[in-house]
Amino acid sequence: MNFLSLFVLIPLLMMAGLALSKDIKQVRAVAVTGSSLQLILAFVVLFLFIGERAAGHTEEMLFVADAVWYAPLNIHYTVGVDGVSVAMLLLSSIVVFAGVFASWKINPLTKEFFLWLILLSIGVFGFFISINLFTMFMFYEIALIPMYLLIGIWGSGNKTYSAMKLTLMLMGGSALLLVGILGIYFHSSNDGHLTMNLLEIARNNAIPHSAQYYLFPLTFVGFGVLGAMFPFHTWSPDGHASAPTAVSMLHAGVLMKLGGYGCFRVAMYLMPWAATQLSWIFLILTGISVVYGAFSACVQTDLKYINAYSSVSHCGLVLFALLMWNKTAMTGAVLQMLSHGLMTALFFALIGMIYGRTHTRDIREMGGLMKIMPFLSACYVIAGLASLGLPGLSGFVAEMTVFVGSFQWSDTFHRVFTIIACTSIVITAVYILRVVGKLLYGAVQNEHHRELSDATWWERLSAITLIVGVAAIGLAPGWISGLVGESMRVISERILQYI
Amino acid sequence: MDFSNFLWMRDEMSLLGVILVLFLYDTFGTEKSRRAFSWVACLLLAVQTAYLFCPSRMGSSFGGMYYTTPMGDAVKAILNIGTLLVFLQADAWAKKPDMVIRRGEFYVLTLMTLLGMYLMISAGNFLLFFIGLEMASLPLTALVAIEKYHQLSYEAAAKYVFVALFSSSLLLLGLSFVYGAVGTLYFADIAAQLTGNPLLYVGLVFFMAGMGFKISIVPFHLWTADVYQSAPTPVTAYLSVISKGAAAFALMIVLFKVFSPIPVIWRPVLWGLIFITITVGNLFAVRQKNLKRFMAFSSISQAGYILLGVLAGSAVGMASLVYYVLVYVFSNLAVFGVISVIENATGKVGMDDYNGLYRTNPKLSVAMMLALFSLAGIPPFAGFFSKFFIFYAAVSEGFYVLVFLALLNTIISLYYYLLVVKAMFIRQDDCIIPPLRSDGASRLSLSICVLGIIATGLLSCIYSSLNGLAFGF
Repeated sequence: MNFLSLFVLIPLLMMAGLALSKDIKQVRAVAVTGSSLQLILAFVVLFLFIGERAAGHTEEMLFVADAVWYAPLNIHYTVGVDGVSVAMLLLSSIVVFAGVFASWKINPLTKEFFLWLILLSIGVFGFFISINLFTMFMFYEIALIPMYLLIGIWGSGNKTYSAMKLTLMLMGGSALLLVGILGIYFHSSNDGHLTMNLLEIARNNAIPHSAQYYLFPLTFVGFGVLGAMFPFHTWSPDGHASAPTAVSMLHAGVLMKLGGYGCFRVAMYLMPWAATQLSWIFLILTGISVVYGAFSACVQTDLKYINAYSSVSHCGLVLFALLMWNKTAMTGAVLQMLSHGLMTALFFALIGMIYGRTHTRDIREMGGLMKIMPFLSACYVIAGLASLGLPGLSGFVAEMTVFVGSFQWSDTFHRVFTIIACTSIVITAVYILRVVGKLLYGAVQNEHHRELSDATWWERLSAITLIVGVAAIGLAPGWISGLVGESMRVISERILQYI
Repeated sequence: MDFSNFLWMRDEMSLLGVILVLFLYDTFGTEKSRRAFSWVACLLLAVQTAYLFCPSRMGSSFGGMYYTTPMGDAVKAILNIGTLLVFLQADAWAKKPDMVIRRGEFYVLTLMTLLGMYLMISAGNFLLFFIGLEMASLPLTALVAIEKYHQLSYEAAAKYVFVALFSSSLLLLGLSFVYGAVGTLYFADIAAQLTGNPLLYVGLVFFMAGMGFKISIVPFHLWTADVYQSAPTPVTAYLSVISKGAAAFALMIVLFKVFSPIPVIWRPVLWGLIFITITVGNLFAVRQKNLKRFMAFSSISQAGYILLGVLAGSAVGMASLVYYVLVYVFSNLAVFGVISVIENATGKVGMDDYNGLYRTNPKLSVAMMLALFSLAGIPPFAGFFSKFFIFYAAVSEGFYVLVFLALLNTIISLYYYLLVVKAMFIRQDDCIIPPLRSDGASRLSLSICVLGIIATGLLSCIYSSLNGLAFGF
């Protein structure tokens, strides 16, 4: 048993502990212990990984372990991590940790809420440690289904509609994905030794071009649905707006990253030739995502919708940067995933906390919150500045890397789309500053709001954890981009050899 | 006559023994001693099931009339497990005042149909196959009508008997064409003499239509919804799981053994049938409000997925089909178990009656939810693995398009399964079903089902051992 499997094992034990716990105190104790352990484990993996790399281990994946599961069908349980997965594990454990504190007061059915939330996190962690197509797909689906109940039971607004829409659209994506995965598997080798192991498939590089031509779109769109690629993004605003706080955090912060991660790990890495041939279609679609998401955010009045559309725009940028193929842009894509994951989780946490006090999310009904709840408002400003790309915070590092990478292309098509995508930075500034101005400054709109209290200790802990993450990437981007860049170089070179 | 031939039929003989013992017990037992009838029936069947797990020899008897294969034994064991679960669920129903005098008939007749399915699975000759088929269908008519003071029950029986007879006659017509073309009814001989004779193709089509009624594939499915809705719930459960699984396996055996030289003829037919079965079953299930009717359409579409294994025609296909049936037994019977507990206590079977069930009956709701997730193919439950394997089998033979269409259909199926979950967990109602205390037998059967739903997928040994027994054509 490899220690990476602890990422799946700890949540399983947490679920067992939750099932046995009697009252809300025990539920909280289990949830906090488990998520802290995971956070520690993620840091341990990070240091071990850096240590191994420093010791000269240059394999693509480290800590690889393999166990046969279904021998007749070549299905193995294989785990391993590279720089990107380590970063993603770190992101996920931070968001889960913050999410537990953000849902401190959740009711009714507290125990069930945490059970489903932890099941969701099993899917996420399992996905990032897997390097086998089958287990990857399985964990991906495990992450999807708890969403239905989490949104349906604990959500707000038009929750049953949003929950059903989200679940079905993501299932649609996974239907495409399953065909793609089976197709990849049956073309994975020339000498009859079929395999589901990502590394072996990449080494064999046996998928014929004709098959890549239809398998690439299947897998890319399959994961792209989760990455909110236009026109398959419509589940995201409704879903995020209706979900309870911790679920919005986890979903926008981590789950959407599964989409981007899958896009390069499965679609682009295994089918580099098709990536060079077909990227232009997806580049157009993701370009639309980036701009369209930003414009939509400008006209929304519900705080959660604003942030959800902003996620569409930012996640669109992730896929957009991946499709640029060069190392700089692809590294930027992963940095954008990390940065967006942290700051959108922060946004949703803060929105949840504000909503818990004012009972409205409509920005027209609120104002002057800075005087009433200074801590939450200050955090909101920090999140907003990170989102619009202020130097010193994570958003700047990510977007800078993305656009520098994209601009390395000298042909008109790429240049034009890079410029179009760049405009989103300006539009982002518009909608962020508009919200900050209306919500936090100006006169108090509702006199009842004057009596509201500022953040409690668990809310502060949740927000500060995320802010530390945002600032860490923003102030010291070198170590993380080194960690990620080394792994993305492999994928980038695989693709670039075909042009 | 060489009586040692009977030794090959140890499965059938042991089941026949159980039937005779129960029959005599029912006939000659005193009123008082028959109180333990249900438990004796379950115990005997459990012992016989355990006996089926003993390793058996492969061979044939009566000059090729009867075959025994390890895979056949495995399927019989699975059918037995399912029947046992149905018996456990039927316990409370069979003890109702108006049922208690006819209780013995229920158990004996059910086991008779099971014996018929055994014969279908092991037949090496179309005559024996047909006898098995009739034995499996006619007692079912009596079972559907067993609540004879309920008008719906015997209306369903009338529908069922007409359909059963009609499909049997179609099947016989097909067989007579086959006989006319090759002059023999032995499976091995037919396969050896398959020529391009058009009469044979006509025979094949009629044969598949006849089997289509038994498996209830579209367009031969029209009886299903009415019969499922009106029959007593344990009988519905039996019909939807055991009878369907056995017929699908028998169809596969015949196609593999008899028509293996002409897959170009039956594969396209099957392709079309699978597609419309899955699609029509799913689309009709969306609108159903009565849960038994809902499960009827759901099981129609599940039959389509099961047949994907037949279409694949490989050893992996066979193993995946049997595995699918096993998982389907656990999942579907868990759903029917919950339905029958609630129906026995309150008489309600509407989907709206389940609103807010989780607040009052959390365990039943969770069992139902796990079963529905398994039917929809959600990991980590067994249904995900069985669906994945059956798709794997079909794709390995190049049926990409059909698998894609089937996968799109899983989205529709997820939608309607989630409707039930939504009713139980999310929706609220003024008249929620009060907290129930289900009987011990139902609880036992539901626990076994839930355990099966979770363990069958995660433990790979079950699939691997099935795979070791499987063969293609």
